[in-house]
Amino acid sequence: MSDKKLPPKMTPKEKMATPRQPMREQEPLVRARNFQEVPFGYDEEQAIVEASRCLACGKPKCMEGCPVGNDIPRFLSHIAEGDFAAAARTMKETNLLPAICGRVCPQESQCENMCIIGKKGEPIAIGRLERFIGDWERESGATEVPECAAPTGRAVAIIGSGPAGLACAAELARAGHRVVVYEALQKPGGVLRYGIPEFRLPKAIVDAEIELVEKMGVEIRCNEIIGMTDTIDELLDEEGFDAVFVATGAGLPWFLGIPGENALGVYSANEFLTRINLMGAYRFPEYDTPIQKLKVAATIGGGNVAMDAARTALRVGAERSLIIYRRSREELPAREEEIHHAEQEGVEFHFLTNPLELLADEKTGWLRALKCQRMELGEPDASGRRRPIPVEGSEYEIPLNTAIIAIGNAPNPLIPRTTPDLEVTKRGQVTIDQETMRTSKRGVFAGGDIVRGAATVILAMGDGRRAAAHINEFLANGEW
Amino acid sequence: MPRILKIEVLAPKVRRYVVEAPKIARKRKAGQFVLVCATPTGERIPLTISNADPEAGTINLIVQEVGKTTIEMAALKEGDELTDVVGPLGQPTHIAKVGRVVCVGGGIGIAPLFPIIDAMKQAGNDVTVVLGARNEELLILEDEVRALGVELVICTDDGSKGRKGFVTDVLKEMIAQGPPINEVVTIGPAIMMKFVCEVTRPHAISTLVSLNPIMVDGTGMCGGCRVQVGNEAKFACVDGPEFDGHLVDFDLLMRRQQMYKQQEREALERYEADHTCHLEGV
Ligand SMILES: Cc1cc2nc3c(=O)[nH]c(=O)nc-3n(C[C@H](O)[C@H](O)[C@H](O)COP(=O)(O)OP(=O)(O)OC[C@H]3O[C@@H](n4cnc5c(N)ncnc54)[C@H](O)[C@@H]3O)c2cc1C
Ligand code: FES
Repeated sequence: MSDKKLPPKMTPKEKMATPRQPMREQEPLVRARNFQEVPFGYDEEQAIVEASRCLACGKPKCMEGCPVGNDIPRFLSHIAEGDFAAAARTMKETNLLPAICGRVCPQESQCENMCIIGKKGEPIAIGRLERFIGDWERESGATEVPECAAPTGRAVAIIGSGPAGLACAAELARAGHRVVVYEALQKPGGVLRYGIPEFRLPKAIVDAEIELVEKMGVEIRCNEIIGMTDTIDELLDEEGFDAVFVATGAGLPWFLGIPGENALGVYSANEFLTRINLMGAYRFPEYDTPIQKLKVAATIGGGNVAMDAARTALRVGAERSLIIYRRSREELPAREEEIHHAEQEGVEFHFLTNPLELLADEKTGWLRALKCQRMELGEPDASGRRRPIPVEGSEYEIPLNTAIIAIGNAPNPLIPRTTPDLEVTKRGQVTIDQETMRTSKRGVFAGGDIVRGAATVILAMGDGRRAAAHINEFLANGEW
Repeated sequence: MPRILKIEVLAPKVRRYVVEAPKIARKRKAGQFVLVCATPTGERIPLTISNADPEAGTINLIVQEVGKTTIEMAALKEGDELTDVVGPLGQPTHIAKVGRVVCVGGGIGIAPLFPIIDAMKQAGNDVTVVLGARNEELLILEDEVRALGVELVICTDDGSKGRKGFVTDVLKEMIAQGPPINEVVTIGPAIMMKFVCEVTRPHAISTLVSLNPIMVDGTGMCGGCRVQVGNEAKFACVDGPEFDGHLVDFDLLMRRQQMYKQQEREALERYEADHTCHLEGV
């Protein structure tokens, strides 16, 4: 495009010498008390410089690192040329939700981890560029509603409106099928809506993506719980659907199983985040759903969910927000950026600390302390991580009034419970044929967290797209 | 959005809403509930389906004004819409022919008990019903229960209707006099259910209770509704709401129900302040 000033073409040497472009952010101590998004994103100039650093490797490793095989080199070259529209089109060939994935994917262990420049210096900021393009497209009004094929007369029901369900819905609508998405909650989006907080993923972006899917003709029905309001059998036999995609996510919170977990002031991360993100508790009393007054809040766990909860705790007024984690910093499963942001905002990390008991005030029932034990790292376990072992006699108490349990989720059992011929694993995940994404039940496919256990947005989205292709095939030939 | 077709005042601050919800009306079974959000910025609250008409596609909800949400509901009129109604949720009551069944209801708990009385009777049980209320005015559904053709004993705290005393007094006498009771089903305030369970425990009479903890999603996703049943924490929305009363930790339930008492009071005060202002402005 001619209206943008492009920097002169760089030689490989210059490319290596150009630093990774920083992204401006809200000041840590300011943002720790508000719900606005933390980073501001690249401007056009920064995006072009950053994309120009790409060496255009003959065998692009970054693509191997991407779970959905985004054509990253072509995407980057369009940005370097200033042709953002072409970059957006390239991305959308494989990734429907760049503005979201750019914000929440663990790039440091995927595409950016494989980037050749990263071997010597800092990798290309692929995630930030993905975010830039997604935002550019939305904000410039360039978003095109993908064209849909002529109606096929076939109908598919999708259960769950998280990234897996939405991606599948969009693909199937594009193929001309009638698509209805059923969602148990009052708003669509799955974890993007109720789990990941506003300061990391603004809900306006989720709204825009969902609107696009609706513009493609997809009908989203909230407040309908499949298994209760309707069963899968009824969808297939009575409501006239030809196929069903189960994308119900991993929405059953694990608790620690230690004494005191029912005390007042103890939340699952799901409840804590849902009250705040979905029900608007941070705007109480404008919104009716309350959250207790936080003083000292301890989040137990070390993944993205734990970081989100601990950072949210600060934003709803906790004086101190702690993370309690059994292993050391190296083992934290969260995205590096989230850990970094949490540290900057003043979240206190207690590593090698194992929770033993939640202690409540006997008279009121309110949580008053967490009893912990120090751990040290022993021999590596089956996962290759050094196993934490308790240090004798190291028990101590942390005074607090809020505990948030963020140690993971199991698959939600509502669908398996009400669909007897749907096979699940011992851990409750729906079993599928990896090749075709078919479940044990005719006409029913599954993907996302309900199959994988708690995984990632990009994998869920990828599953949704792949499932759509297999559903198309099934609808075309009717063979099972 | 689900429309309210009819509102009836059953007692002071207690109303029956007939709500359009065709799918739920067809599906629901005794013991199940819905989550209702009355306004777009509202809280989701669980309400038991007290009755339904599958042909008309309506469900009945009986609601007592206790907090901001229910007071807001009380301000709605026939023809108004609720923001959302989701369900039916929870496990249906296990209905079987067991012999002699005593159903004990207290206060607003009589509403969710009603469909269970009906189903127990239809299953061929010999059903006796004990209903308790603070006073005559607060007693609901007397005629409806009587119309089911079951034996009915009423008691009030002040003696203004039926016997003066508590439901537990009546139950104790029934146990003493016989014939033997095979099952007790009780729904009412947690404290009442707790004492009913204490009455039946020494006699090892199986006692079913229906719990009403605070809920958020109703799908097992948040665990906010967890209750302690024996050695296990159960999620009332998907595992319940009915449990073996002899295993339930009622003291914990009562505490957890009070968790947001302070915030609820604040919300209510603000709401009332706003409303008085409006009225004064008229
Ligand atoms: C707090 C938090 C932070 C996270 N951060 C990240 C991150 O930074 N990066 C990342 O890649 N991943 C992250 N994840 C994980 C990621 O969000 C999930 O892997 C992904 O959302 C899974 O998508 P899904 O479509 O399979 O399911 P979900 O997003 O869980 O959506 C499932 C939907 O189905 C609905 N549903 C369930 N049962 C029924 C039913 N019976 N009937 C109708 N509807 C039903 C649910 O209400 C829900 O809306 C995070 C998760 C959480 C909880
Ligand atoms: S209400 Fe959330 S799990 Fe029961």
